[in-house]
Amino acid sequence: MSEQNTLTYARVNDDIIRMLDKPTFKWWALFLPTLFFVGFGLFCFIYQVYSGLGVAGYRHPVFWGVYITDFVFWVGIAHSGTLISAILYLFRANFRMSIYRIAEAMTVFAVLTAGLFPIIHLGRPWNFYWLFPYPNQRELWVNFKSPLVWDVFAVSTYLTVSALFFFIGMIPDIAAVRDRVTEAPRKIIYSILSLGWKGSNWEWLHYTRAYLFFAAFATPLVLSVHSVVSWDFAMSNLPGWHTTIFAPYFVAGAIFSGLGMVIMLTVPIRKIFHLEDYITLDNYDGMAKLLILTSGIIGYAYGAEFFMAWYSGNPAEWGQYYYRITGEYAIFYWIMIVCNVVIPIPLWFKSVRRNLKILFIMSIFINIGMWFERFNIIVISLSHGFDPAAWGIYKPSWVEVGITVGSFAWFLMFFLLFLKTLPAVSIAEMKEILPVPKKEAQT
Amino acid sequence: MSDKQGVLGIFSYLDATLETVRKLKDAGFNNLRVFSPFPSHEIEEVMDEPESIVRFFTLGGAMLGVACGVGFTVLMSTDWPISVSAKPIVSLPPFMIIIFELTILMGALATLLGLLVNSRLRRNAPKSMYDTRFSVDKFGVMITCSKDGVKDVEEILNSQGAEEIKIDGV
Repeated sequence: MSEQNTLTYARVNDDIIRMLDKPTFKWWALFLPTLFFVGFGLFCFIYQVYSGLGVAGYRHPVFWGVYITDFVFWVGIAHSGTLISAILYLFRANFRMSIYRIAEAMTVFAVLTAGLFPIIHLGRPWNFYWLFPYPNQRELWVNFKSPLVWDVFAVSTYLTVSALFFFIGMIPDIAAVRDRVTEAPRKIIYSILSLGWKGSNWEWLHYTRAYLFFAAFATPLVLSVHSVVSWDFAMSNLPGWHTTIFAPYFVAGAIFSGLGMVIMLTVPIRKIFHLEDYITLDNYDGMAKLLILTSGIIGYAYGAEFFMAWYSGNPAEWGQYYYRITGEYAIFYWIMIVCNVVIPIPLWFKSVRRNLKILFIMSIFINIGMWFERFNIIVISLSHGFDPAAWGIYKPSWVEVGITVGSFAWFLMFFLLFLKTLPAVSIAEMKEILPVPKKEAQT
Repeated sequence: MSDKQGVLGIFSYLDATLETVRKLKDAGFNNLRVFSPFPSHEIEEVMDEPESIVRFFTLGGAMLGVACGVGFTVLMSTDWPISVSAKPIVSLPPFMIIIFELTILMGALATLLGLLVNSRLRRNAPKSMYDTRFSVDKFGVMITCSKDGVKDVEEILNSQGAEEIKIDGV
């Protein structure tokens, strides 16, 4: 807090709204290549639609590959945004104040990205709406007992609720931008988006209650969404998938990777926009402690899976896990272990938690490790099932790699646009943690 | 033409704002509105407004979500009964997931509706009685009173150190 004492209410407005100034050369230098890669991803997708799913690396027995890995990865990234904005809000953890807007934006854009992959993965992507229950001429309804239909409901609810939560949290700040800008098009747009907000006691009364309920809804929702994603796997009886620990294991992994992404995004933003007074080392210290916790949980889950496979005496189950550490894909398994369990160990030391360079590099490794975790769960399990005659190897094709790279660019594109159009740090909530101006103190 | 008059006092300090509200209430001016750049429990306490009814919207939306969830799953499954994996046609454990998601979805949408309806976003103060500094670092107290009361209000605002006073017809 001592670092924030130099801030005043007026300076908070100045600093945050200044981020929305005309994009600089550096911004364009990042944005244009991003657009190029989005375009390349789109080209790959069109090529795949034109040629058929054969151009993806799918081959028997692996028909869930990089696309589903990407889907789970991006849904996971989304989760820590809700953790920071909703769960930490309910626990009144003040260290969330300066980073939660960025984390929420990350959530919305990550869910937007994740939602593309089940569609990209379809042979006939134009029929994706068949997953929604709607009256149709065949008089058929969706199968509500299928985890894929649970996914449709969970992910679309998550996208809707997190986007609303993101927008509602921003209304007072958009009003602050509206009051500052003068040129016509921006003034009109911000006026419409601020919904006429004036900051009266009535508005705050209902707003704070509504925000609390949104947080209370988002908390169980976020836990349910990744549980449902994990059940896509756990509901089948494939060795490596059919396990009861998947839901908590996936949720912890999601928060772990999402926190890594928050750190990866905020460290450069803090430096470029000079937000050192806002995003403090205490904030990073808090996030790094959560990384230790979640890394511990997933490390335990890796061990527990192994133990259960061995202790169950089920040869198919044990064969799957033995294959993971020694088979053709073993390198990916060990990358996962090193990135997710070994590399975060130094975070036990305070000096490491407060060293942003180390944290930034570590967060990159964490995200690589978490991507491979999903790859291992999906691909290795499928390639080494019950029947040795049906074992096989899957290699991602250039189309899959192109679409994956495109998805990262797609996410970054939204994020860069967000940084230049909406306040990236909550102006109103930052003021809540500053000392209140009192006449008494002046006299 | 209304005989009501709007008076707005602008303050830099929260404690002066709160004291002004107390004094105005003691003097019998109860049609007040306070503006602040952030939510404050102290303002809530001194204004003593009834508890927000957004919670009833939330509860209503959530209950509607439960009903829709049950209706969706049960009616659609019985409309075209197909036995999947020898499970009952109406099988509650998987349906609970759909019901849960719809509860959250409709509860959240109803909360948004409750916020929009109750905070009277565009109507809670006339444009002329708003100052753009309220979104930066100033507090405001708006009083709607009869034309005869304006002088008393001004006196109270001045005695509490209002930096600026605006008077407008409401």
